[in-house]
Amino acid sequence: MTHAAFLTSSGNTSDDADRARYRRVTTLLGLLLLASMTLSLSLGSFPTSIDQVVHALVAPQNSDIAFIVWELRLPRILLAVLVGAALAIAGAILQGIVRNPLASPDVIGITSGAAMAAVVFLALFTTSLSIHWLPAAALLGALLSALLVFLLAWRHGITPTRMVLVGIGLSAAMSAVTTLVIVISDDSSAMVAYVWLTGSLYAAQWQDVLGIMPWLLVAVPLCLTQARQMDAMALGDQVAQGLGVNVLRSRLLLMACSVALAGAAVAFAGGLSFVGLIAPHIAARLVGRSFTRLAPIAGLVGALIVLYADLLGRVAFLPKDLPAGIFVSGVGAPFFVYLLHRTRADTRG
Amino acid sequence: MLTGRFSRIAGLLLGLVVVALAFAASVMLGSTKIAPPTFAQALLHYDPSRVAHIIILKERLPRAVIAALVGASLAMAGVLMQTVTRNPLASPSILGINAGAMFFVVIAVSLLPLHTPAQYVWAALLGALVAAGLVVALSRGRQGELSSLRVVLAGVAITAMFVSFSQGLLIIDQQSFESVLYWLAGSVSGRELSLVVPLLPFFASALVLCVLLVRHANALLLDDDMVKGLGMPASAIKLLLGLAVILLAGSSVALAGMIGFVGLIVPHMARGLFGVDHRWLLPACALLGASLLLLADVASRFLMAPQDVPVGVMTALIGTPFFIYLARRTQA
Amino acid sequence: MPSTSTKPPRLTGERLHAGYESRRVLDGVDLAVAEGKLTVLLGPNGSGKSTLLKTLARTHAPSAGRVCLDGEDIHHRNTREVAQRLGILPQGPTAPEGLTVRQLVGMGRFPHQRLWRQDAEQDARAIREAMAYADVTDLAERSVDALSGGQRQRCWIAMVLAQQTDLILLDEPTTFLDLKVQVDLLELLSRLAHEHGRTLLLVLHDLNLAAAYADQLVMMRDGRIERRGSPAEVFTAANLKTVFDLDAHVIRDPHSGQPVCVPRRSGAKTPQRHPEGQLP
Repeated sequence: MTHAAFLTSSGNTSDDADRARYRRVTTLLGLLLLASMTLSLSLGSFPTSIDQVVHALVAPQNSDIAFIVWELRLPRILLAVLVGAALAIAGAILQGIVRNPLASPDVIGITSGAAMAAVVFLALFTTSLSIHWLPAAALLGALLSALLVFLLAWRHGITPTRMVLVGIGLSAAMSAVTTLVIVISDDSSAMVAYVWLTGSLYAAQWQDVLGIMPWLLVAVPLCLTQARQMDAMALGDQVAQGLGVNVLRSRLLLMACSVALAGAAVAFAGGLSFVGLIAPHIAARLVGRSFTRLAPIAGLVGALIVLYADLLGRVAFLPKDLPAGIFVSGVGAPFFVYLLHRTRADTRG
Repeated sequence: MLTGRFSRIAGLLLGLVVVALAFAASVMLGSTKIAPPTFAQALLHYDPSRVAHIIILKERLPRAVIAALVGASLAMAGVLMQTVTRNPLASPSILGINAGAMFFVVIAVSLLPLHTPAQYVWAALLGALVAAGLVVALSRGRQGELSSLRVVLAGVAITAMFVSFSQGLLIIDQQSFESVLYWLAGSVSGRELSLVVPLLPFFASALVLCVLLVRHANALLLDDDMVKGLGMPASAIKLLLGLAVILLAGSSVALAGMIGFVGLIVPHMARGLFGVDHRWLLPACALLGASLLLLADVASRFLMAPQDVPVGVMTALIGTPFFIYLARRTQA
Repeated sequence: MPSTSTKPPRLTGERLHAGYESRRVLDGVDLAVAEGKLTVLLGPNGSGKSTLLKTLARTHAPSAGRVCLDGEDIHHRNTREVAQRLGILPQGPTAPEGLTVRQLVGMGRFPHQRLWRQDAEQDARAIREAMAYADVTDLAERSVDALSGGQRQRCWIAMVLAQQTDLILLDEPTTFLDLKVQVDLLELLSRLAHEHGRTLLLVLHDLNLAAAYADQLVMMRDGRIERRGSPAEVFTAANLKTVFDLDAHVIRDPHSGQPVCVPRRSGAKTPQRHPEGQLP
């Protein structure tokens, strides 16, 4: 295989350009995220300047500002970032595996399972159990429903098509139960449930941040180890197998990552799943579809979307604190529409 | 799957029988049982002094008619939507129809003095048309071509936008939340037949479109180049089929609110039974959708009597086991 | 023609039975793929050629019998190790939108890469050479889905070449291509076998091209191997009748001496080319 090797110039220019672009986008988004977090820390019902905030961060004292920054705003901001990143990466994984641009953690029942569990918990158990158990209940619901989808779709292995079909069917049923519970429960708990379904980071605490952290720490690196397998599977199962990808194992591993990420995110922040749908599309328009690059960028984009959605919810309609979910779509969707509009000439959509 | 002309015709006839039985059950069963002779009497010699006659004509009959009409329409709209977008996850709501209707209804409730399902109808229809129009406008490329992927993406974006606006309004204005909650869950009760009449032209013209375009819909199962190769304008077909979807689903949402499941799942059921040929698939969808919604509506009266369960909920609960059974059988 | 090598075969199938759901497709097939040669699987539609190829490539599991690569059951080996020795190009593969030729060819390096160990230099060289060999270097930055059928197929072959395997299995690599493009591809593949010592197994539909380029022909019918041998031995009118139910004369090309079949027209039998997968 030395045939004509010398005829070709080294010619990796486009690879280098891609890499440079990826680095540029990553740096830009990373800086933007840091700046946005700082901005978000300084905004709220209690006016604080960026100076004061930075000071309170570096040298915490027993002041009101330190309390507001450390105990009220910082955990909420961190949770927003983590939830956004987790949902976005979970969505990127699912869209890759299912090869369907409409796929999101919804399609394998994660969101609807969590929602059903949360709503049932709010309607039946809030009298006997503390509200702090809500994330645990939602997470349990997410994991159980994903497991159920797996089991029902399993027949000598698992195919994306069958899984999606079973997933949307089960999701529909669970959403129906959710609606039912909301309709029959009394108005105040129905409203709480509705806000939860919309997705909110209200009153986030450090224990929430610590609760979601382990899931990301395990699942994100794990799914990145499968990034090249994911790219190979995009060529079709047979080609991937021919290239030496253990398709079943990779797919199961990636699905597990997606379930863990989306389940944890939904558990702590409710129904923000639009992030999981939209962030991968935005990321793909920035750096292409190679998963090694797509996943981190999607994560950053998702974090930014939820961060700003929550910021708007907190400060735009003071003194009301509105759920971030409203603004995730309210801000994310128009931006997405703009992207679509701008890429009109691109026949690839 | 039913193969062969004979078994398919038998299947459709059976479907027709099921629809008829479900319709009868819908008229007769409920907190007040109606005997068949009373039903006939009420139709032939309506006597406004008899409670049973009032119940039949003012409540049961409209309810059954609307359930059958809406079920059939949503299922047909669903299958057309999946064909046009070539995406098994697509449903009429992808065109923004549900979200647009929801947004306009929420506005009607919170900003205008409109409070009954009858008054929601026009707001919902307008919303559905506006949202679907936006989606189509946004998904057209430079040369006016419609790419399936763009339709889907634009639909998702517009849907999310309208849903979030509505959610915002609802959460700010809790009173209207309570009054539209039931509408959001979907219902076919409490509407009069006079409400259906002005919408009939919409349903009828959609039906005409379906009949005229059934072969073209089959051609869309191939890729766009192949469709053009067969001498058909792919984009025009998609646009017209999209119009049929908007008419069917828009009027349905206007009549019955947000009934999910039927538009997404029934097409898969029908495909599992009758294959992908629209000449069989569309009637099959209509029959399956109508009978599912009729039966769900009957069941919803009993599940937690005396309270009615939203029919959309019941539809999903009844349909899911059957759907999952079919989904498990897919080879792919 | 190169001198006949006597190297023992590395890829063998023994008493293979295979099928889909309830349909049985392979019915006790034994096949040893000749080393350093170009072997072509021939047979009418539904005869089990593709299934045999997939079973040998371990992308389809046999219901009975076993496939051995270097003496070990291929299904029990680490799939990545197998991929370092055996490459496969399935029928009609599709690339995701926007993937460039270089990226596609680069995917061929997958089995040689590890997360923590990637020889960028060696990968780049393999990719460059594969693209040059398949003559797609000029297309490197183009997106695969925007190329013509022939160009696209050369890109996929470049991907398999970048895998640098001794064994290469291709399922109908020439279907839907112009005759000229088919000939170019087969020239390329036969050079791989004869100049670089690769072992190739192909499913082809065109009988005359198969006869012209194959070192070994394997003729299948109803899930069994009916005839095998060099084109000179098995490409006969009688065998074409038995295996394909085709009435044809077999004549010799006056220049190369290779057998060529010419369908008998008066019988108005089925034409000799009816590619699988064509839409009704």
